Amino acid sequence: MRNNLDVIAAYSIMLGLIILVGFLQSWSMALSILCLCLISAVMTIGANIQWGYAGLINFGIMGYTALGGLAAVLVSAPPVEDAWKAGGLDMLICAFIIFSMILIIRLVLQKFSKSKNRNYIIAAVIIAGLILLRLISAPAIESIEAINPATTGFLGGMGLPILFSWIVGAFFAGGLAYVIGKIALGLRADYLAIATLLISEIVIAVIKHEDWLSRGVKNVIGLKRPVPYEIDLQGKEWFINLVQKFHQGSLNLISDNLERQQALKQLVIESSTVFVKLCFAGLFTAVVIILLIVTQKALYSPWGRMMRAIRDNEEAANAMGKNVVKQHLLIFVLGSAIVGIAGAMMVTYDGLFTPGSYRPMRYTFLIWVMVIVGGSGNNFGAILGGFAVWFLWIEAAPIALFLINFFTSGLEETNALKVHLIDSIPYFRFLMMGVGLLLIMRYRPKGILPEKIKRV
Amino acid sequence: MDFLNAIILLLNYLFVPALSYGSQLALGAIFVSLIYGILRFAYFTAGDLMSFGTMFTILFTWYFQSLGINLGFLPTALIAIPFGIIVTILYVLLKDKLVFSYYRTKKSPPVMLAMVSIGTMFVTQAIVRIIIGPFDRRFFDGEKFIIRANEFKEMTGLNEGLAIKSTQVITLFVTIIVVSILFWFLNKTKTGKSMRAYSDNEDLALLSGIDPKKVVMTTWLIAAILATIGGALYGLDKSFKPFTYFNNMLPIFAAAIVGGIGNPFGAFLGGYVIAFSEILLTYAYKKFFVYLLPESLEPDGLLQLLSTDYKFAVSFSILVVVLLFRPSGIFKGKVL
Repeated sequence: MRNNLDVIAAYSIMLGLIILVGFLQSWSMALSILCLCLISAVMTIGANIQWGYAGLINFGIMGYTALGGLAAVLVSAPPVEDAWKAGGLDMLICAFIIFSMILIIRLVLQKFSKSKNRNYIIAAVIIAGLILLRLISAPAIESIEAINPATTGFLGGMGLPILFSWIVGAFFAGGLAYVIGKIALGLRADYLAIATLLISEIVIAVIKHEDWLSRGVKNVIGLKRPVPYEIDLQGKEWFINLVQKFHQGSLNLISDNLERQQALKQLVIESSTVFVKLCFAGLFTAVVIILLIVTQKALYSPWGRMMRAIRDNEEAANAMGKNVVKQHLLIFVLGSAIVGIAGAMMVTYDGLFTPGSYRPMRYTFLIWVMVIVGGSGNNFGAILGGFAVWFLWIEAAPIALFLINFFTSGLEETNALKVHLIDSIPYFRFLMMGVGLLLIMRYRPKGILPEKIKRV
Repeated sequence: MDFLNAIILLLNYLFVPALSYGSQLALGAIFVSLIYGILRFAYFTAGDLMSFGTMFTILFTWYFQSLGINLGFLPTALIAIPFGIIVTILYVLLKDKLVFSYYRTKKSPPVMLAMVSIGTMFVTQAIVRIIIGPFDRRFFDGEKFIIRANEFKEMTGLNEGLAIKSTQVITLFVTIIVVSILFWFLNKTKTGKSMRAYSDNEDLALLSGIDPKKVVMTTWLIAAILATIGGALYGLDKSFKPFTYFNNMLPIFAAAIVGGIGNPFGAFLGGYVIAFSEILLTYAYKKFFVYLLPESLEPDGLLQLLSTDYKFAVSFSILVVVLLFRPSGIFKGKVL
């Protein structure tokens, strides 16, 4: 208990801050901060597994998040039958061609010894495959995108409940990570960082511009939610009764019957958004807790000890007979899969998929700030980082406004400097993040909640 | 005649734009490569340092314009660049003193320094956006074209026009001058030689009495100069937008690594490799073949290898391929 005092204290403060937002701003706001904090926490768990457990730098978090989001679309969006009729078969053939290309290349790699000829054969296979793909896919894509482009123009998804996508997203992201890991994990740390950063940009470019798959920058909206809709709730008998019971005291103060009805209606509308967000928060909390338990168990298992050994001294671990390459690949895939879950959760929460909004600042570097500020290697620390940094990211604007008003209180309202500063409030969050990161790295390089190693 | 037309077409849409874009990338790649070689970390602030320098160049340009100073047919920004450089130098030196020197004396691992540079990236980005805002800005003035497409057509009687923007010529000239001075400096002067020695083998260099502080400071000076010039040229040629500059960090890194990171000359060529391959692979060759082939063989499609949306993806794919098959870069930089 005593050992965990700092964890408990830090989390209490964090929870207190969110509740404070509930009282000062609104409960709906507090809950949406909480939901996104939880999603960020899932991302930081993923990044922390890679960086904290194994010391791998993965700057491709944005790519996995977007793939998770894509999974949400492909699972839950209703299928567009006309599009499937128009070009579905051709696209399936294309998938088959890609698959057989990979098989042929693998075969060539196995059968032939390393030589120039082998490289030529592989290059020829790839070029021939690409030309074939192009010839088959180009007309198919055109006809798919031509079908009702204002509302669909893509193949659609499978029309399944969106919750499945959390698992599918994990598989998508894990699969991508497997490919990237095979290619790039041999690189030195900072090269790996750059390579993953660039590959994630490629992923985003594909999702943005392959309209037949993801509708690209036209966005996919109106994905089905796993929780009730506000409008439905407002008509439900039990929900109105619940709200009435909850606000009994204040409602009774209103004597006029009609006015009371009005007030109740207003309360029902307000509470419905809060209720929906509470449902989301519940779902997300469940995910975070499950992941936390699993990762904690893993961290203190023999496997976790091996990972830390590899992180701290690769050569020694290798000498002890641990397969470093294999373990690195495994942890790279696992961490990325968790980030993929977070990506699917995020699209589930928003109900829409906007490929244009995936930017490295928000989805890669911010997550890294969270992990480092919170405490890499310590799951509780990483989650706390997710909470604290996201909270600051959202609340930076009001804080900056307050500070600017405080420091320029001597100036007039129309003063050019003051007006300019107040106009640029949104950008103070970058400043806060940067300064925060630099301060933490300087004075508390292990993060707010540093890694604790249990000696057995 | 058709052959000439085809050549001019390629010159106009491929060669000239790629050359100027490549020069802008090369300037960035050189300083990223230098920082990597001498300070030994991946400098993620690269794009934002360029936007910082460009921002001050723009501010000085506006100031000079308000005073009525201009260079006639040349853009006013050319006189503003030195002032932008001075501010940027002060900024990087301040940053080094407050942030980087601590980790350097502590001999932190390169990963740590890369993380720190992400911190400074956030800060620099915030400063730029707070001062000048996130909007698209054009600060070019003076004569826009050296040769206009129409004039060229009249002059030569060809169907295809060749338009050369003055910014493209300025970019090329400035790049040639700056890069030659830089390579002269690195190869001939004592400080330059000591920088190269320090980059090759830190311990030996220290042993032979090279002052590490001086080497580090010179590196930052060069970085600031190249960042401001490269950024300002890019801004003159296209336009200034902080987000684009941040994104430019990616092809710059690609150029530096493709050329062999830690090797300034490789990075210089890497810039052109990236620029040319981006444009070559995303250009639609239909018109080119229409000129060359007889009518019966005319192509139906656009003959575009990749849509222009994948411009960035091209350079990154090249980078991945290079990393796979020749991790030290085309021109042999530091071995991984």
